[in-house]
Amino acid sequence: MTPSLPRVAASVVIAKASLQKVFDNLRVSGFSLVGPTVHEGAIVLDEITQMSELPVGWTDQQSPGHYRLKQTREPHYFAYSCGPQSWKQYLFPSRLSLFSVEKENGDWRVQPARNLSPRYAFIGVRACELSAIAIQDRVFMAGEFRDPHYARRRGPIFILAVHCTQSASTCFCVSMKTGPRAAGGFDLAVTELPDNFVVEVGSEAGSEMLRDTAWEPATAFDLGRASQACSRAEREMQRQMRTDDLPRLLYDNLEHPRWDEIATRCLSCTNCTQVCPTCFCVTVEDHSNLTASAAERTRVWDSCFALDFSHVHGGNIRPTIRSRYRQWLTHKLASWIDQFGVSGCVGCGRCITWCPVGIDLTEEVQAIREKAFK
Amino acid sequence: MSIAMPTLDPPSAQDPMLPHPAVIESIKSEAYGISTFSLTFVDPAEAAAFRFSPGQFNMLYLPGMGEVAISISSDPGEPQVLAHTIRFAGSVTRAIGRLRVGDVVGVRGPYGSSWPVDNAAGKNLVLVAGGIGLAPLRPVILSVMRQRDQYGRVLLLLGARTPADLLYNEEIGRWREGGIEVHVTVDLADENWKGQVGVVPQLFYRIRVDPKQTLVMTCGPEIMMRFVIYEALARRIPKQSVFVSMERNMKCAVGFCGHCQFGPTFICKNGPVLNFAAIEPFFGKEDF
Repeated sequence: MTPSLPRVAASVVIAKASLQKVFDNLRVSGFSLVGPTVHEGAIVLDEITQMSELPVGWTDQQSPGHYRLKQTREPHYFAYSCGPQSWKQYLFPSRLSLFSVEKENGDWRVQPARNLSPRYAFIGVRACELSAIAIQDRVFMAGEFRDPHYARRRGPIFILAVHCTQSASTCFCVSMKTGPRAAGGFDLAVTELPDNFVVEVGSEAGSEMLRDTAWEPATAFDLGRASQACSRAEREMQRQMRTDDLPRLLYDNLEHPRWDEIATRCLSCTNCTQVCPTCFCVTVEDHSNLTASAAERTRVWDSCFALDFSHVHGGNIRPTIRSRYRQWLTHKLASWIDQFGVSGCVGCGRCITWCPVGIDLTEEVQAIREKAFK
Repeated sequence: MSIAMPTLDPPSAQDPMLPHPAVIESIKSEAYGISTFSLTFVDPAEAAAFRFSPGQFNMLYLPGMGEVAISISSDPGEPQVLAHTIRFAGSVTRAIGRLRVGDVVGVRGPYGSSWPVDNAAGKNLVLVAGGIGLAPLRPVILSVMRQRDQYGRVLLLLGARTPADLLYNEEIGRWREGGIEVHVTVDLADENWKGQVGVVPQLFYRIRVDPKQTLVMTCGPEIMMRFVIYEALARRIPKQSVFVSMERNMKCAVGFCGHCQFGPTFICKNGPVLNFAAIEPFFGKEDF
């Protein structure tokens, strides 16, 4: 037993079973743990308490429009890539009450909503997802206005990141410079090796959670093996996207015939925007009682693929699938950079896997580039 | 071992999405299906603190119905009177149309950019409005009249569908007396109409301005603004001197909902008033 705690920026080795101690430490400190778990044939995010609830012995097979789980012989805890969900559903819930109004004799009582917001500990956050969280931080907290709901959830979270040691066929984080190794923004970061975890300490809070885990300082050999494991994810990466000519390429090709061609395949189903870890569009819903003396306003995830998204008096600004796909892709890869100083794409590949017709944005950008107007 | 328990959010008074109740002080019918509603905040402190610039807008909310973005159409020099000229076009604006004096609406704002009135000293102004597009330009007219000697010539090119659809009709005489040259056209005349018939951009043929010393500010349907810009540029007025006020679907007005995006621009926070030079690559692009 090592008496003291590791310092920040140190790397240590723990036995796999010791991860449970980290979970316990987090729970005692008041965190609600959320992590990957197997549910109905997919690796989803849910509240967990035991490391046995992680997808131990499972891996995933992803390709455009395809996602299947497969059991493996090795009892690994993190041997898979991003599932359909992302952490945004906890920091930026898909449905959130904003306020209610009660009317009495013409007087209004506006009551800000009180929503549940646990202190989350996110278990198993990948490098691309850390980038996605950093992007949403800019969207919701860095501008002239600040979203108090996001800020309140974001403030106290604990992040246990996982460096990827394999990649799905739909991953392209290397192109987007977001992975496969988490560069920062975590409290602890784990590399899973066959017989133990190499853990990087990212913060004081992270160090604190290693209490009583029987950690040992990582040796050069351990670090070498961890680094090799991450290199494998990088070597395996099948997809790539050139970004040096973005955003110009898309702005210069708003009338490219490829948009018409994509529109013949795209169903405008909104899946890509719902699985995207950075998409932030919302609409509002209003409900009232029968006498309209009380009403509630709710914020709900929306999508630029929805037909009424751009509705103004006189019709919809973007009535065609061509115009809506063009809006999504040019926002994600081009205008996002103008708006927030960073691309809206982290290369997680979710929009490719979960597109029911397997549209692959990396292919579409390449097709536009090959016959570009400029 | 203690178990982590979810906690309730403390209510946040800083939420930019919260509406602030305001009473309807007066309702003035402007034309068929268009009225001007003057509002005062219920909270005297909010009423006293409210300031706005010409061209900015508020979000007006009716519980259970929804919220709409409406330009402020009154004088920024008298911010305690908040007038909104509203056309009853959708479900929320039609519900506002059923309200009476003394009723309450929710207000958030003011939001967005404003017309460059303060940077226009010494310049000629050409204000070009079509239909309800006059509402966000009225604060410019009223601001200019307060310090008329600060500007060169001030022209208002005004268009409406018919003479009966002309907004603020009884004020136009006062504007003329206040030093504004007003040119009016209608799409469809009646037997009493003695003025010009035709679309708004054609009014440019009736005026002559020094392109180097002139700012153009326009608000109306996008197709109208396209031809206004065309006429302005044809008279060698630089792109940088042309300003448009744009409309898009808006749910939040604070840059979060994503609905009002126009290329890199959020109409709610970078607009609604935009310099044409900045949006030229996207302006008029089909379905954009």
